Amino acid sequence: MVVASPMVTGRSRVIARTQVLVPTFMRGRIALITGTVLLVISAIGCIGAPLFTQYSPTAIDPLNPLLAPFSPGHLLGTDEFGRDLLSRILYGGRYDLAIAFGATSVTMVFGMLVGLFAGHFGRPFGTIAMRFVDLVFAFPFIVLVIAIIAMLGPSLFNLFIALWVASWVSYARIAHGRTVSANGYGYVVAARALGFSRLRIIFRHTLPSVLPACLIFAMVDAVGNVLLGASLGFLGIGIRQPTPEWGSIIAEGQNYILSEWWLSILPGIALVVLGVALSLIGDGLADALRPRDAR
Amino acid sequence: MQLLFYLGKRIGQLIPILLGITVVSFVLIRLVPGDPALQLLGNHYTPQAAALVNHNLGLDRSIPAQYWLFLRHSVVGNLGMSYFYHDAVAHEIAVRFPATIFLIAFAGVLTVLIAVPLGTISALRQGGVVDQGARVFFLVGYALPGFLIGVLLILLFGVKIPIFPIQGYGTGFAGHIGHLFLPAITLAIPFSTVLVRSLRATVIEVLGTDYVTTAKLKGLSWFTVLRRDVLPNSLLPLIVVFGVNLAFLVGGTVIIENVFSIPGLGSLLVSSVSTRDFPVVQALTLFFGVFVLAVNLLTDILHVSLDPRLTLKAV
Repeated sequence: MVVASPMVTGRSRVIARTQVLVPTFMRGRIALITGTVLLVISAIGCIGAPLFTQYSPTAIDPLNPLLAPFSPGHLLGTDEFGRDLLSRILYGGRYDLAIAFGATSVTMVFGMLVGLFAGHFGRPFGTIAMRFVDLVFAFPFIVLVIAIIAMLGPSLFNLFIALWVASWVSYARIAHGRTVSANGYGYVVAARALGFSRLRIIFRHTLPSVLPACLIFAMVDAVGNVLLGASLGFLGIGIRQPTPEWGSIIAEGQNYILSEWWLSILPGIALVVLGVALSLIGDGLADALRPRDAR
Repeated sequence: MQLLFYLGKRIGQLIPILLGITVVSFVLIRLVPGDPALQLLGNHYTPQAAALVNHNLGLDRSIPAQYWLFLRHSVVGNLGMSYFYHDAVAHEIAVRFPATIFLIAFAGVLTVLIAVPLGTISALRQGGVVDQGARVFFLVGYALPGFLIGVLLILLFGVKIPIFPIQGYGTGFAGHIGHLFLPAITLAIPFSTVLVRSLRATVIEVLGTDYVTTAKLKGLSWFTVLRRDVLPNSLLPLIVVFGVNLAFLVGGTVIIENVFSIPGLGSLLVSSVSTRDFPVVQALTLFFGVFVLAVNLLTDILHVSLDPRLTLKAV
């Protein structure tokens, strides 16, 4: 009987079924490799932006507005202020990558620690912590993020704070669940009986069974954070003009969607590629990290 | 009687969360740097007027007293005054709520219409065209931000082939359906990815159970087995998945309402951020929290009353 874990997007099973063509050791790795390659390409393009374009993303050129892609000197054309679209996409991606990793890594570590300790210590600390998690879950994620940004004032740093505050709870819930089940495993019971310190039990014995689930979820979460960051840029909350960020570039291009559609569609494609890359890595990880007999 | 007892118990469990939501909303507005009286008075600021405003808002009292005042006011629906509209926030919310609830319900219906056939067929014909197609569609669909789907749909069906209106809310039921079709489908696409995955897994699980094998051995047609055994057992867990992920759908409306200029709560929230209308943001946070809680309670009740295996005593 096959029961898919809710976090696995099912890609793994496509690969499981093409097993005639794909050697056993490669199963699930195709998604992982494809995703990593896409991510590395995006990261090189964005971090090494000055290598690929000579223009500043905010340099205005009033003489050359709204050039079409493949215009001389501007591979992807220019926007209404004559700013080079390629350099805006490459430099702008830095913000989206920063959100993907900066926001997600902090919440993962913090949420996982809360879940580990809550699951290990139980009452009263664990119960209080998990009730607090329930509370944060009661709000729609986007509403909470927007509310926090609204109160603190729109800026990239406040966007990070809002994402940190609102999204660590998912990891806490996952880690708590895994820790509670790990508490019943023989090796954890044995470690307790041997009188190991609590920290040793938590980090040496419990963490290995908690980390994979959190890591897999982190990839799904990173996609969500990137999309949210772009959505807020699109709405004009969060990262402000003239900072190039994919969401805000798409929003600006929307005014010209009838004639110069590429102004919105090209940064949109960049966003989708980053999202797909992270999803594929998540799927591949889910498959690679699953215990061997469950494959 | 048992249902009433269950209801009472569930509502009792929700009260701490409900109080927590009010505490978070109360704390939120206190994160704002600066003087609320200055925000409210603007150019008319004088120390005397500021003192009066602070007294009227209860800001000259202690923090617990202020919270108690906030709680008492919230319970009777007094959510404060908007800085920008100079109107009761509760009134603004009441005016804009119908558009949002209509959009959420419409998107929910469309999600079910997309997810149930796709999820079932994907599970029945594993590896088939629908299964493979759905997988690629949803891999991309999940990575596509809602606002981009919205922009693409506006470009396609609002401008190139103008069959749908692209902004506003319309009048009358038919008008609402027409105006909200594109926004609702925009919300339904990412939301159905979650449901298809879960439904596909459940159907595969149900197909492997003994009672399905028995039904097949009795010689029932596959359609009868599907209708009588597979679907009822697969769709029940979907109600729970739907309820758990509802906050995702509600959050999506915030973005999509702005893309399609729908006069709902989401566009109110975003415009209040730009106008720095903090009481509105606070009230909406409270309102959305309570709304999600209430709908979760409803889906719980629906699940319990539809699933004969769950007796009310056990839960």
